[in-house]
Amino acid sequence: MEFAPKQDQSENTVSIPVGGPIQRTQYPYVTGTSVVAIKYKDGILMAADMGGSYGSTLRYKSVERIKPIGKHSLLGGSGEISDFQEILRYLDELILNDNMWDDGNSLGPKEVHSYLTRVMYNRRNKFDPLWNSLVLGGVKKGQKYLGMVTMIGVNFEDNHVATGFGNHLARPILRDEWHEDISFEDGVKLLEKCMRVLLYRDRSAVNKIQISKLTEEGATSFPPYSLKTYWGFSSFHNPTVGAEGSW
Amino acid sequence: MTKEHANWSPYDNNGGSCVAIAGADYCVVAADTRMSTGYNVLTRDYSKICKLADKAVLASSGFQADIKALQKHLAARHLIYQHQHNKQMSCPAVAQLLSNTLYYKRFFPYYAFNVLSGLDSEGKGCVFTYDAVGSYERVGYSAQGSGSTLIMPFLDNQLKSPSPLLLPAQDAVTPLSESEAIDLVKTVFASATERDIYTGDRLEVVVLNADGIRREYMELRKD
Repeated sequence: MEFAPKQDQSENTVSIPVGGPIQRTQYPYVTGTSVVAIKYKDGILMAADMGGSYGSTLRYKSVERIKPIGKHSLLGGSGEISDFQEILRYLDELILNDNMWDDGNSLGPKEVHSYLTRVMYNRRNKFDPLWNSLVLGGVKKGQKYLGMVTMIGVNFEDNHVATGFGNHLARPILRDEWHEDISFEDGVKLLEKCMRVLLYRDRSAVNKIQISKLTEEGATSFPPYSLKTYWGFSSFHNPTVGAEGSW
Repeated sequence: MTKEHANWSPYDNNGGSCVAIAGADYCVVAADTRMSTGYNVLTRDYSKICKLADKAVLASSGFQADIKALQKHLAARHLIYQHQHNKQMSCPAVAQLLSNTLYYKRFFPYYAFNVLSGLDSEGKGCVFTYDAVGSYERVGYSAQGSGSTLIMPFLDNQLKSPSPLLLPAQDAVTPLSESEAIDLVKTVFASATERDIYTGDRLEVVVLNADGIRREYMELRKD
């Protein structure tokens, strides 16, 4: 081995096969955490924080992870931010082509959700997934719709959905307190409750919340704000009171 | 250098159980409506039953994205068949198509555990049971999915199917009436829900007979 010509030992050396890009095992680099969404009286309410984490560093703090799609839908994404931006580009093209028909018809949330499911599933089939969990909500002709797709193509619709940690922490709260035709104010309070729990318990959450709503009239994104949190527990003030000698 | 290994799996098990029982002139298909991933429930209201043709109903449990894709594929093929032959596909024909479709992906399978059921051309109930890569068999009753190990022995006990090795060949369809079969299915799911964490929420029962297709629901434990 010593006398053989030196081989490049780096893991990154691979001969490029003819006729296609190299498929690489993917790891997410810059990620967004949970998205939570509910149906309410007039349409859909969706909440996400504005953090983009680079591993354990909270690198970006103004990332918009909820975007309006066409006239009738809102898309929220968690997971790899660059893949989310790629999906926005795909949807841009989809909506553009839909508009170009100029036939008075427009893609509703069901259709966009179906499209996204197919995209995610097909990428999974090629072993080159888009590393996202997406929430797609909207209203068209009075019909409310709220669905979710994961990176391997698992999809469903329900009255309330969440991604990532939201499934563990927010869904139980929603199952208990959500009800049909919940008002806007109650809906926002409910989402804030979920986001507060996530803020306390999810390491990658940041305290800058973006809430968007979508009704028959269209999408509205509210300006980002912070949630009030409480840290004044006595055991935080005097943490060693129960264990003499520790620090 | 060791090859990089993927740290994500293209498969997931979204749980749930499916059952079908064939009768002399009817067929009962049932599946729970819970969709889960790991220890989480994603939704309590997801149907695993899909009508492919007038006389063929497919119930599948396993990886939901693969099941959705499989159902879409079969529905599309059925549409083409209708255009070409000007008639609906018979249940045994759908059975063969499903088997071939599954085997086509023998080396990257659809993670779907299927029970196809309906009425054959004589109007008798038929049930076909599959594995993930398409091997199938016509039987009198079957259970697939996360609760199948709990359900199947009970069905074996109650439905006493004659051995397929006997001569002359004996009918595998159950002599039970339609309502008795529906009651049996409800009992079986109530029991499976107790011990299988992935089965529960709600039961959807679809009944096919000479009058057409009917759907019933029953609440199950949600824990």
